[in-house]
Amino acid sequence: MSRVSTRERVRTERRLRHLGLHVIVIAAGSFIVVPILYGVLSGFKSNQQLSSNPFGLPSPWVASNYTDVLLSPDFWRQVGNSTFIAVATAVLVVGASAMAGFVFARFAFRGREMMFTLFTMGLMFPFAVAILPLFVLLRGLGLLDNPLGVILPQAAFGLPMTIIILRGFFRSIPGEVEEAATLDGCSAFGFFWRILLPMARPAIATVSVLAIVNSWNNFFLPLVVFNDPGWWTIPVGVQQFSGQYSSDTARVLAYVIVAMIPALAFYAVAERQLVGGLTAGATKG
Amino acid sequence: MRPQTLADKRPARPGPRRARTAPEREATRRGGRLRGLITVGLFLLPALVLFVLLVLAPIMLAGYSSFFKWNGFGFLPTNFIGLDNFTRMFADPIFLGDLQRGLLLIVLSLVVQLPLALGLALLLNQPLRGRAFYRLLFFAPYVLSEVITGVLFSMFLSPERGMANHLLGLVGLESLASTWLSDPSTVMYSLFLVMTWKYFGLHMILYLAGRQGIPKELIEAAQLDGASGWKVFRHVTLPLLGPTIRISVFLSVIGAIQLFDLVWVLTEGGPIHSSETMAVTMFDYGFRRYQVGYASAISVVMFLISLVFALGYQRFVMRRDTEGAITGMRDLR
Repeated sequence: MSRVSTRERVRTERRLRHLGLHVIVIAAGSFIVVPILYGVLSGFKSNQQLSSNPFGLPSPWVASNYTDVLLSPDFWRQVGNSTFIAVATAVLVVGASAMAGFVFARFAFRGREMMFTLFTMGLMFPFAVAILPLFVLLRGLGLLDNPLGVILPQAAFGLPMTIIILRGFFRSIPGEVEEAATLDGCSAFGFFWRILLPMARPAIATVSVLAIVNSWNNFFLPLVVFNDPGWWTIPVGVQQFSGQYSSDTARVLAYVIVAMIPALAFYAVAERQLVGGLTAGATKG
Repeated sequence: MRPQTLADKRPARPGPRRARTAPEREATRRGGRLRGLITVGLFLLPALVLFVLLVLAPIMLAGYSSFFKWNGFGFLPTNFIGLDNFTRMFADPIFLGDLQRGLLLIVLSLVVQLPLALGLALLLNQPLRGRAFYRLLFFAPYVLSEVITGVLFSMFLSPERGMANHLLGLVGLESLASTWLSDPSTVMYSLFLVMTWKYFGLHMILYLAGRQGIPKELIEAAQLDGASGWKVFRHVTLPLLGPTIRISVFLSVIGAIQLFDLVWVLTEGGPIHSSETMAVTMFDYGFRRYQVGYASAISVVMFLISLVFALGYQRFVMRRDTEGAITGMRDLR
């Protein structure tokens, strides 16, 4: 009899504890969701509604803010620019890093460790430190208002992290694989291209996703390089739009919400690679 | 040191190896080594060119320009003024304020944001319905750009059309209502709120991965020995999360030192410099007031602070985890 009630008590206790955990998680979740929800709903309101009715659902629903964004050629050009720059950056940084990582992982030569350390030191060079001279340099090279002026520096600053991750992966591929390939008459390049890269596909996917996300969200560099609105990327476009329509809150919020969608969609698809890449460093400690 | 791989011990080609004479073999070996060196050079070339030209050269150029008075026109500065930019900086109340504000953000991150992230990570490690969804949700802000986050929050926190004050009113905390970003006394805390929104998910994900790397047996053993939940956390989980925590602290500090985008979009450093960071001050002087020499000096100091911190931290705090944590991300599968 008493045993049953103890069991009951334990169960209630556990249920209560569970409820507590849920309350905490839901509170944290609302902290994340409320600002976004505010943005989504406000985009459907008029500015007058925003002041008079901050909480409620829009009444009436005003779709024009969203349709204006979706029909605006400027917005789509920014999506195109951001996509092009992100993909080009990823191809360049992953290509160059894979080649360097291969050499660092699989060849012995004098100065190898020193050179590798030099690249890893790059992790400590913030973009902000280099932005001024970078600007002067790009101006000297005639790369302002040129996508290469963003692609090349982004790729260069992405090298350290990408090389570190790829070198680690290349080192984990057993030497026997290379031995077999060499015995079959494979050259160093052939081994790299036909065997190593295909085997490293998961690592390549991870670093590509990291490069794309970083490029997509980069603001500092495109801000100073692109004067011509025709080259603006999404972050620069959002910032300029919010300045231009600063009194039209609902319109700006609609723009911001629509501009989130590509990043969130990409996150939904590539979450595993992104998280894998970011946590790889911390968990292997 | 790791053992040399096969590539190091060339030539391993098949062929009439036995038929060759010693000098011939010597010649092929040397030829092989030369070929190896050429291969190494060709493979390293793209990365090296990019890195030297666009990372190292600009940083050295920043170091060089910091000794000049320069409006940024032309390719190289000419008006050498020695250390004047640096002495000016350490008498500049804005720059000194930057240091204070940076410190405030670091302290807030370490005391509020990281424990919050750790707590939620441990919570999401429990069997909880919908935890995969919550993990996805908490991390989502990290993939949004700082600009989008900043613009969204500048609206959200706006006293007229925003929601923050209304929300406080709803839960009976009207007294906490404020003008958030336009009041010098609250702007840093508002900024920190946005930083937490944006970045705690990243730290949570790191802790979650670290927690999942702790073998179940260790926790179970402690529980069998009669350790309470708190004791298990204090004496088993927390120490074993050490490397992850150290990395997460490192990322927080470096991130706070270099913070630019969020501040620029939220406040541009205002009102009256009350939310400026080093990077914002540097940008303001360099790109708006054309005092490129002075701005370069600020970026040099920013770099030195990051470097000294990073080296000191690796030397004294991370010690044995460094190899695994920052330099050797092995076994990525």
